[in-house]
Amino acid sequence: MGTATATELSFQARIDEGIKIEPKDAMPEGYRQTLIRQISQHAHSEIVGQLPEGNWIGRAPTLQRKAILLAKVQDEAGHGLYLYSAAETLGVSRHDLIADLLSGKAKYSSIFNYPTLTWADIGAIGWLVDGAAIMNQIPLCRCSYGPYARAMVRICKEESFHQRQGFDILRVLCRGTPAQKAMAQDALNRWWWPSLMMFGPPDEQSSHSAQSMQWKIKLVSNDGLRQKFVDQTVPQADFLGLRVPDAALQWNEERGHYDFGAIAWEEFHQVIRGHGPCNRDRLATRQQAHHEGAWVREALNAHARKQQEGAHAV
Amino acid sequence: MLFEIFIRSQHGLAHKHVGSLHAPDAALALANARDVYTRRHEGVSIWVVPSAAITASSPGDKEPLFEPANNKVYRHPGFYHVPPEVKNL
Repeated sequence: MGTATATELSFQARIDEGIKIEPKDAMPEGYRQTLIRQISQHAHSEIVGQLPEGNWIGRAPTLQRKAILLAKVQDEAGHGLYLYSAAETLGVSRHDLIADLLSGKAKYSSIFNYPTLTWADIGAIGWLVDGAAIMNQIPLCRCSYGPYARAMVRICKEESFHQRQGFDILRVLCRGTPAQKAMAQDALNRWWWPSLMMFGPPDEQSSHSAQSMQWKIKLVSNDGLRQKFVDQTVPQADFLGLRVPDAALQWNEERGHYDFGAIAWEEFHQVIRGHGPCNRDRLATRQQAHHEGAWVREALNAHARKQQEGAHAV
Repeated sequence: MLFEIFIRSQHGLAHKHVGSLHAPDAALALANARDVYTRRHEGVSIWVVPSAAITASSPGDKEPLFEPANNKVYRHPGFYHVPPEVKNL
């Protein structure tokens, strides 16, 4: 960073004191832009995150599982909306944010570019993907930007149901037939590494980390969160009787943490660049939904206009 | 149109701001607010207010608006000395 101006210094002093920044407060342009990017990417992830699970709503094994999955997917839509609201307080329009998602310009969490091949994948997503998301999100409840922190509080309250329902799906499968247990193992095999990648690149390669941590819009490092996730999740896999697909995974008595194998970052970058298994499909589905919903939006607007004109005529 | 959403929870509290949403009109804002903000019994009453209808104080006016309260500690009961032998005061 170059020499900080007096305004930047007083802004940083407020952050260091733990004073929340609110929408109309003065803020450095870099802070505003970084938050817009971070919050809108998060919102897009919630929205696109509905798609892999939506794939199984019509094929859930029982009516109760179907009702639960519907409620979870509805929550994800709600989380997207809380976050778009928070982003809008920074002076961007939701219309533009959604246009960026649909055009492929905006990014979303690359985990949602993997397919959901079996019912066990729905369990693995809840347990691992939502579990990793919770771990990322809990510190953000204390972040420096008020509207974002408040949205995260609501989201975290609701996410814990998501993680438990996923674990419960796997728990039942693991106590089922050998084929069902094999299905659960297969899901863990495919979702484990992408879940570890959700925490982002290793700290020494994470480009925006230092500034974001100084601004308190990132509170724990990528590697710190990833380690915590591994430490919490391995015993849960043990309980299920599933094997984590990592030959290097081992409890390290000295560190008090699990050691784990190297992550295939080339795959991560490929998926981010748009070459994951489902990138095109996800975007095409979003575009189609937006397109097919256009007449509903137009009709609602026309109705609202007509009502207002009627009210003026009286 | 952007609406601000206020929810009154079940415990006899005031309506509290919970966030915002877009809707073509107030009736739909109400319907959407029910789906977005009350999926888990968060409330028994919803207000929707067009964001444009809200006039807010400016952060820059914080001093002239709120500073005057700082030197009026006598507005708080703790300012007064109560002799220990005096009860129920």
